[in-house]
Amino acid sequence: MGRPRSILLALALALLLAACGADAESTPATGPTGSTSEPSPTVVFPVTVEGSNGSVTIEEQPTRIVSLSPTATEDLFAIGAGEQVVAVDDQSNFPAEAPTTELSGFEPNIEAIAGYGPDLVVYATEVGDLGTSLEGLGITALQLDAAATLDEAFGQITQLGLATGHADAANALVEELRAAVGEIVASAEPASGVSFYHELDDTFYSVTSETFIGQLYAMLGLENIADAVGEGSGGYPQLSAEYIIQADPDLIFLADTKCCGQSAQTVAERPGWGRLAAVSGGGVVPLDDDVASRWGPRVLELLQQIADAAIATEATAA
Amino acid sequence: MSVRGRASLIGVVVLLTAVIAGLLIGPVRIAAADVLRWLVTFGDRPPGMSEQQEAILFELRLPRVIVAGLVGASLAASGAAYQAVFRNPLADPYLLGAAAGAGLGATIAVSYGPSDAFDLTVPVAAFIGALAGVGLAYALGRSSLGGRAVTSLVLAGVAVASFLTAIQTFLQQQRSETLRQVYTWILGRLGTAGWDDVRLALPSVVLAVATLWAVRRLLDVIEVGDLEAESLGLNVPRLRLLVVIAASLATAAAVSVAGLIGFVGIIVPHAVRMLGGGSYRSVLPLSVLFGASFLILVDILARTVAAPAEIPIGVITALIGAPFFAAVLRRSGRAAA
Repeated sequence: MGRPRSILLALALALLLAACGADAESTPATGPTGSTSEPSPTVVFPVTVEGSNGSVTIEEQPTRIVSLSPTATEDLFAIGAGEQVVAVDDQSNFPAEAPTTELSGFEPNIEAIAGYGPDLVVYATEVGDLGTSLEGLGITALQLDAAATLDEAFGQITQLGLATGHADAANALVEELRAAVGEIVASAEPASGVSFYHELDDTFYSVTSETFIGQLYAMLGLENIADAVGEGSGGYPQLSAEYIIQADPDLIFLADTKCCGQSAQTVAERPGWGRLAAVSGGGVVPLDDDVASRWGPRVLELLQQIADAAIATEATAA
Repeated sequence: MSVRGRASLIGVVVLLTAVIAGLLIGPVRIAAADVLRWLVTFGDRPPGMSEQQEAILFELRLPRVIVAGLVGASLAASGAAYQAVFRNPLADPYLLGAAAGAGLGATIAVSYGPSDAFDLTVPVAAFIGALAGVGLAYALGRSSLGGRAVTSLVLAGVAVASFLTAIQTFLQQQRSETLRQVYTWILGRLGTAGWDDVRLALPSVVLAVATLWAVRRLLDVIEVGDLEAESLGLNVPRLRLLVVIAASLATAAAVSVAGLIGFVGIIVPHAVRMLGGGSYRSVLPLSVLFGASFLILVDILARTVAAPAEIPIGVITALIGAPFFAAVLRRSGRAAA
């Protein structure tokens, strides 16, 4: 048994070394801060904002923000707080200028986060006791979890505006978004009644109208085939292939183009899917997985894309 | 009729019933008379059946029933074979690291493979991973021979499984965006079964199950003990290797098309022992028949209980299987008393 054991030992050592190396890389020195933008006159610090983790008091305008939430990252940059952001998590891939790091929002490493010397950490998911751990290190932590409604999503933008000293910009953005949503909804009215299937992955997980994304479709008056699933699915049921084929939706929205490489072509090649109306009639709409799973400002793009597809379908049917 | 003959007859009847029920029942209603007429005419569409219904029947239900049957038969047969060669009633098809290897293979394919080819790369990677996992465990466990051969193989399986799972977890943490994809795959995915999966699994399953079937008499001998088997002129290490290869091949094929489905490999062989006696001459064939029937029937529940939503099949195998097994256990206890 001598040889196998020494091999295992060597492997264990190698893994240990690799882990140490990774740690060293992801813990950069806390260097000088980036440029600090002037606080906007409307916000006087300290300020208290409402997060999913309760009321959070922010003493001074944050200048070293770490975002562990891709949505919060998009919000921060959209309201002009981007320059105060020093690090974002590995899933935050928008906008391009966001300082993406190896930090993870799913498996947060408190030490690695603290290594960026943040004065505010924004996160979506409470993993373990991330919030209290950060507070214990004297770092202000603001949780903004997955929004259940559009109002909640816009509310988070407002709170981030307050928290970062960009309240005016945030309010203006929310107003702009609300107006644009209103216009899209009005324009799509004639397309109400168009049925659709929203696909989360290639094993046919979908969303009901209870979910944030499902509500967007409902706002436009579209009919969700996943709503046939009763209560208790948690809003994200896995549909039977044969049910989808029988339901024969007018539109198929693919929110699994990135994760699972799905496209109009792969859908057409699935057994039994070729004769669906959406497939033969060009009603398969590829979405950006990221846009379709976040609740930031780009929700507008998504809504527009859905509306365009619905209007086009209605036009060909008429 | 002998006990064994009667049990086999019951097994065949149950399997046929399960297959027909699997074709008749689903979230979409198709008239039973039409389905039966379609069946006996070998796919001639009766006037009452729409093209859409025929597509559902031929392209979704039929391959799904076949895949469920192949997977159930594979898991039950390899479970029975493992229980014989390891002389352990708790041995299951995943004992020697097949599950961990398949999981790692799938994770690698999802993390680093081209995302538009998952349909092919994930099953193939899982298949290779399962075989590699068992191969590693076997190579590691074989180093100590003699009376402790069985124990050291099982322990090697445990070590290999932990090691491979650790690597899988590490990879997943590096690529957290792949978590969902990997987990839906691991939970079992009969929901997307099609003819591609039948083609992928069929050759390995037939080869492996036929091999186990052929050596079923020898399993009775090896189960008694290595020394006893050797005194009868059996080459025990070679037979054990053959059985492990065949069972792993069947398991790998099952895992590659259906993900990880627990329970079948342990419970079905034990249930059939109560039905047809403990000899592998009946345990193996009956495991094939009842394993296939069990998974086909459970899959009917998976796609109808919450229709039009699906329930992960692994959840139901345990939920239905455990009380069923308890009932069989009680009945056989009373019969023996």
